Amino acid sequence: MQRRNILRLTAAAFLALAALPASAQDKAITVASTTSTEQSGLFGHILPLFKAKTGIDVRVVAVGTGQALDIGRRGDADVVFVHDKAAEEKFVAEGAGVDRREVMYNDFVLVGAKADPAKIAGSKDIAAALKKIAETKAPFASRGDKSGTHAAELRLWKLAAVDPQSGKGSWYRETGSGMGPTLNTAAGMDAYALTDRGTWLSFKNRRNLTIVVEGDQRLFNQYGVMLVNPAKHPHVKKDLGMEFINWITSPEGQKAIADYKINSEQLFFPNYKRSGA
Amino acid sequence: MSEIGNAFSTALAMLAGFDPELLQIVVLSLEVSLSAVLIASAIGLPLGALIALTRFRGRQAVIVVLNGCMGLPPVVVGLVVYLLLSRAGPLGPLGLLFTPGAMIVAQVVLVMPIIAALARQVVEDAWREYAEQLRSLGATPRNAIWTLLWDTRFSLATVILAGLGRASAEVGAVMIVGGNIDGVTRVMTTAIALETSKGDLPLALALGMILISIVVLLNAAAYAVKETAQKKYG
Amino acid sequence: MTMHAPATILPLVLDKVGFAVGATDIIRGISLELRAGPCTVILGPNGAGKSMLLRLCHGLLEPTRGSVRWNGTHPHSARRQAMVFQRPVMLRRSTIANVAYGLKRAGMARTERTKRAAAALDRVGLLHLADRSARVLSGGEQQRVALARAWALDPEVLFLDEPTANLDPAATRAIENVIASIRDGGTKVVMTTHDLGQARRLAQEIVFLHRGRVLEHGPADRFFEQPATNEAAAFLKGELLV
Repeated sequence: MQRRNILRLTAAAFLALAALPASAQDKAITVASTTSTEQSGLFGHILPLFKAKTGIDVRVVAVGTGQALDIGRRGDADVVFVHDKAAEEKFVAEGAGVDRREVMYNDFVLVGAKADPAKIAGSKDIAAALKKIAETKAPFASRGDKSGTHAAELRLWKLAAVDPQSGKGSWYRETGSGMGPTLNTAAGMDAYALTDRGTWLSFKNRRNLTIVVEGDQRLFNQYGVMLVNPAKHPHVKKDLGMEFINWITSPEGQKAIADYKINSEQLFFPNYKRSGA
Repeated sequence: MSEIGNAFSTALAMLAGFDPELLQIVVLSLEVSLSAVLIASAIGLPLGALIALTRFRGRQAVIVVLNGCMGLPPVVVGLVVYLLLSRAGPLGPLGLLFTPGAMIVAQVVLVMPIIAALARQVVEDAWREYAEQLRSLGATPRNAIWTLLWDTRFSLATVILAGLGRASAEVGAVMIVGGNIDGVTRVMTTAIALETSKGDLPLALALGMILISIVVLLNAAAYAVKETAQKKYG
Repeated sequence: MTMHAPATILPLVLDKVGFAVGATDIIRGISLELRAGPCTVILGPNGAGKSMLLRLCHGLLEPTRGSVRWNGTHPHSARRQAMVFQRPVMLRRSTIANVAYGLKRAGMARTERTKRAAAALDRVGLLHLADRSARVLSGGEQQRVALARAWALDPEVLFLDEPTANLDPAATRAIENVIASIRDGGTKVVMTTHDLGQARRLAQEIVFLHRGRVLEHGPADRFFEQPATNEAAAFLKGELLV
């Protein structure tokens, strides 16, 4: 009986190992990026093109910007692709990443209920709009999760000279979650929310929400890509990672980005410039 | 409420069409959860029986902790396993993070206490009935472990199904250690979470229905096997 | 592998054995010697301590006072003596696997085990049920399987604790026949019962127990004809002994 059980255990272990698809050894890199980028569908469009050209599998771990940078810091990814310039520059400054390049931008839009309690629909001034929301104490759903979107939102509140924490517990609602769940919450309580256009275009649970403010220059959202520093993490797939970074900033990759459309609308605007950033 | 009707028809359409992406996600989910339950049983069943049959200092405390671990929050387990498997962590060189292997590890941690704690109770109850007779026949606690595990196999089958239920239902652990990578570590539960967060509720519901159906089917199969065996063996 | 080593484990000597559960003395100061040969029946009313005494002899319980020794040495060899309980415990497997269980624990090889188990089952008349699951058998059949299981170990001493207390007369007769053949085969049988008729049928030696003490110990016919104590006389007359 003892021997039979040891055999059973070994069989179980082999079964378990056999179940794992081949991992580290094939041509693949891990890219830490954000939920909003993945949910926009951009990766679904450009990564197959990259694979067709280079044969490299890109495995995207999509989390909040803060977590994506942390994954890079730990060396659990080869490339980081997020949209928070200040945080990215800090990332490079502390030696966690190298070769930062600006890749593309998209924009944020302010969405709100058609009823529009703060009466800001159609405005092109985001700071004024946010100020009005605070004044009328209209409900506002924030991501509150240290993401790139959240960081951008906080910067805009600053521009409007409003401290949103004054509304904590009443009109300012921090969901502590990603863009999708936050929009779900906003749709559920007829609240305003700041979202990237990409997520908005693919979001299917809009209910009474519609775009109320867009087009303000200050709503533009810059994306940057970095290689996780191989000096700090020798196991990082430096060559494959650089192939990705080079491709996405090449004319071909930049065109692929521009070609991605939802309902014939372009979401991302490539803006890689050779010199400097 | 119309969402549920919508979801139902979406689910049927996806199943009928043998959507390849869905198939891949379902297969991966089954691989991860079944492997995890297999390993967790291989460890948990003998462990539970050992605790049931032996006496040692701190035994009561071990039982209480083991029972408590049945309620380990999956997301916490995911976080701890993530920190262990991260390159910055002690097991980093294994390169397991963001692979199905990491998901199996996390689920083993989650499921093993359930199997061990319940097995301990089952074996302890059986021992009360069998102890005198087995000792009289020359069985030591060590070989009584395997005798009792085999004899209580029908109850233990239910214990294993409880573990399988836990593994296939959780999302917190596999999300963190797997990364929900499309085509690599995306399983049913993380796919449902993703579609929900994208606001595609009917699709999320449809996937949920499919997941529940699969688990119920597995249970039905196990029940059928158990019933026929139980009729024969009493 | 032979089951009988050269030396015998008898006589079994209990020296001032006592057993208490908590503050209560169930067995008080029993000194007893059981030798090879006669079928010994431990007789007495319910609650006299018969089952407990048997378990002390078999080694399932340790005495709280005094000692239990086999042929001078202390440790009991589980395989040279076996026990059948009032309620048979069948493992969830086939009948023949149940009978072979003790042999497996003793380290016997598979082919030898199966042979011995089949022979034991045959002796109790249940070979035709060898592949049936033991748990679906009737009470009487299960008890016969338990006997076969103990007998297969080829013990020098067989303990039986009220083996037919839960069985109907037909099953009881079958069991008593098996016990008789085991006795006649040379195994020392030590059995408890509260059933006078059974004692009369099977006993060659009587140990009369009352309230945890041995009141009488001697040849069966002498006990039944001329009990030495009032309690024994009352018991034989069918009175309730309090």
